[in-house]
Amino acid sequence: MEREMQKQQQEESSYTVEQLVTFNPYNPDILPDLENYVNEQVSSQTYSLDANLCLLRHYQFEPDRMSIQIVSHILIKALMAMPAPDFSLCLFLIPEKVQMEEPFKTLIVLSHYLETGRFCQFWDEVAKSRRLLEAVPGFEQAIQAYAGHVLSLTYQKVPRAVLAEAINIEGPSLDKFIEHQAVNSGWALGKGQLIVIPKNEFNHPELKKSGGDIVPLEHIARIFPILG
Amino acid sequence: MSFSYDYDEADGHGQMQLSQQDVAYDPNFVPDYVKSFVVHLYRYIREKNVYEIYQMYESSFHALSDRYFKETPWPSVDAVAHYVDNDHVFCLLYREMWFRHLFARLSPTLKQRIDSWDNYCSLFGVVLHGVVNMQLPNQWLWDMVDEFVYQFQSFCQYRAKMKNKTEQEIALLGQYDKAWNVYGVLNYLQALVEKSAIIQILDREKEGLEQFTANDGYDYDGGSNVLKVLGYFSMVGLLRVHCLLGDYQTALKCLQPIDTSQQGVYFTVIGSHIATIYHYGFACLMLRRYVDAIREFNKILLHIYMIKQYHQKSSQYEQILKKNEQMYALLAICLSLCPQVNLVDETVNSQLREKYGEKMARMQKFDEEAFAIYDELFSYACPKFITPSAPSFDEPLVNYNQDAYRLQLKLFLYEVKQQQLLSGIRTFLKVYSSISLAKLANYMDVDETTLRTILLTYKHKTRAVDSDRKIISNADIDFYIEDDMIRVVESKPVKRYGDIFLRQIIKLEGVMNNLDSIKLE
Repeated sequence: MEREMQKQQQEESSYTVEQLVTFNPYNPDILPDLENYVNEQVSSQTYSLDANLCLLRHYQFEPDRMSIQIVSHILIKALMAMPAPDFSLCLFLIPEKVQMEEPFKTLIVLSHYLETGRFCQFWDEVAKSRRLLEAVPGFEQAIQAYAGHVLSLTYQKVPRAVLAEAINIEGPSLDKFIEHQAVNSGWALGKGQLIVIPKNEFNHPELKKSGGDIVPLEHIARIFPILG
Repeated sequence: MSFSYDYDEADGHGQMQLSQQDVAYDPNFVPDYVKSFVVHLYRYIREKNVYEIYQMYESSFHALSDRYFKETPWPSVDAVAHYVDNDHVFCLLYREMWFRHLFARLSPTLKQRIDSWDNYCSLFGVVLHGVVNMQLPNQWLWDMVDEFVYQFQSFCQYRAKMKNKTEQEIALLGQYDKAWNVYGVLNYLQALVEKSAIIQILDREKEGLEQFTANDGYDYDGGSNVLKVLGYFSMVGLLRVHCLLGDYQTALKCLQPIDTSQQGVYFTVIGSHIATIYHYGFACLMLRRYVDAIREFNKILLHIYMIKQYHQKSSQYEQILKKNEQMYALLAICLSLCPQVNLVDETVNSQLREKYGEKMARMQKFDEEAFAIYDELFSYACPKFITPSAPSFDEPLVNYNQDAYRLQLKLFLYEVKQQQLLSGIRTFLKVYSSISLAKLANYMDVDETTLRTILLTYKHKTRAVDSDRKIISNADIDFYIEDDMIRVVESKPVKRYGDIFLRQIIKLEGVMNNLDSIKLE
C-alpha cells in the first residue's frame, strides 16, 4: 500500500484538489494543497465543503500543523453556506480549546445569531469585526441571501422594516435589493409597506406535494396470483 | 465478537492482567480439542465448505472458549502452525481470532495491541494483493472489519489515558508510532473499498450486469468472496470511524454506495445491520436530519423486536440488546426535537413510551432539568468518540480520553438550547388556526421583534439539508405569516389507500375461496 501511495504522490500534480479529496483523502501530503485550495475558494468566491472538512480532519490528526487563519477562513465560508449546517460540521472537528480563542469565539457568536434568526444582533456584531470578515469577499451578500431565504420560508407578505433589519440595508439600496429580488425570485411590492414573496412549498404548506399514493411493485406482486 | 466496542472501559476492571495470569497457561501446549478444531477448520476452508466453516467459527470457537479459555488465551499460533501445513493465510486468520478472543476476555498489553495491528497489516496485505482464494462466511468477514475498528478505537482510548503510563509503555508508544495510526487505519479501509471495486460492483448490479446482493456476497463461480465482502463491510467501517472522529458529513458519504432503504449484504449479519443503522441514524441526528434518523431507527427497532428471540443464544445477544436500548434513547432525542410520532410504528412507540415516556415529557420543558436529560441520553447512546492524534510525550502527562466526547456533547447541547423556545411555539400553533403576532407575543411573554426571531428559528430549524444539498422539511406543524397574522397548517398524515385496497383484495379473494369450497347440499 505504501508503494501505491508513493506512486500517487508522484502523479499528484496532475490531479485537481477535488480529485485528491475523492481518491486519496487520507494522505498527509495533500495538506498544503488543501490549504491553498481554501485560499483559492476565498479569492475566487467558490466553495467546497468536502475539501474543507478533509483539511480539518488532517488538522485533527496532526494538530501541530493547524493554521488559525485557514481555519477561520473555512468557518467564515461555512457561515456563508447557511442554511446548510456546515458551520457545526466544521466545529465538530475543531478542538474545544481552539474554539475558546479569538477569532473563533466571535464566529461562534455570529453563527448563534444566524441560527436563531437574530439578524439585528448579528449585523451589530459584524460591524465590530469588520477586519476579520472583510478578508472573505462576498460575506455580506451571502448572509443577505440566507436572510432572504429564511424570510421566504416564513412570510407570504413581509413588512419592509423587517426585511431591512434582516439584510441590514435601507433606503435606496433596499429598493435596489427588492428590484433585484423581483427580477430573480418574483418578489413584488404589495399594499402599504409590505413586500409579497411568491408562494413556495414552505411559506404555503398546502402546496406541499404529498408523496402521492405509491404502491411498491412487490406489494402488487403479492396479488398477482389472484389477478391472474 | 461483534460490535465489541463497549468493552474498552473494562481495561483492568476485574479482568485478569496477562502478566498475573494463571501459571498453568502454556502458549505452546496444544490440547487435542484445539488440534481437532484447527485441523477441521483448515480442511473446511480448503474445501470451501462455507456452511461447516460457519459452524466451526460461530459455534465451536465460542464453545471451546467458554469451556477451556475463559481466562487464558488460546495456544499460540506457532504451536498450532504445523497442524495446518504452516499455511500462511490460515495462521493470520487464527491469530486474528486469537487476538479477538484476548481483547474480549482479557486485558491486552500494549505489546499485544501492537502485535495485533501488525497481524491486521499482514492479513489485509495478503487480501489486497489478491492471493486469497477462500470463501469465508459473511459473519467472519464482518467481525474482522468490526474488530479492526474496535481495536483502533480502543487503542486511542488507551493511549489518551496518559496519567498512569509507565516509562516503558511511553517508550513503546514512541517506538511504534505507526501502530494504529489513524492514517494507516483509514487507508486500509479505503484500500479495501477501492481494490475490491465494490462500488462499481454495486453500480453494475443496479444495471443487472452483476450479482452480488442476490448471492449475499458469496461467489458461486469458484472465486473468492473475501476481498469483495471485506471491501463492502469496509464502507461501514469508514462510516463508523468518521462518526468516531465527529465527521458526520463524510461518514454518510462513505456509506452512500449502500442503499439503506433496501436490503443489502449488510442485512445478512445482524451486527453489521445494527452498526450500519446506528451510525447512519446518529450522523443524521447530528446533521439535524431528524426525520431520516427517526425513519431508520424505527425500522431497525421494529426489526430487532421481531428477531430478538432468535439470537438469545448468540454470543452477540447482549450487544444487540445494548444497541437496541441506545437506539431507543436516540429515538427519544429525535422525537423530542422533532415530534413526528406518526413516523413511528405502534410497537416501537409503545416500547419507547415504556422506556422513555416520562423522560420525554420532561424533555419538552427545555428547562435545566430537561437539558440534564438530553445530556444523560446523549452520553448513554453516543459512539465512543476518539482523539486520533498522538499525545506529546514531553508535556506533563494528562488524560485526554474524554476530550472528544465532551466536545460533541457540548455542541449537541448547544443545538438543543438553540431550539428551546420552539416547543412553546408548537404548543400555541397546535391550538390556533390563525393568530396575530401581537396576541401570540403577549401569550408567550415576549415582545413582537423577539417573537419574529423565534418564528424564523422555527422555520430554519425544522428544515434540513439532505445529501443532495436540497432543503427538506422536518416540520410537524407549519405556518406562514402574512403581514402580522400567523396562519397555521398542520400537516396531516397522508392516508395510504393503496395498502387498504391491497388488503381488501386479498381478503375478498379469501372469502371467495371459502365460498367456493362450500358445497351446497
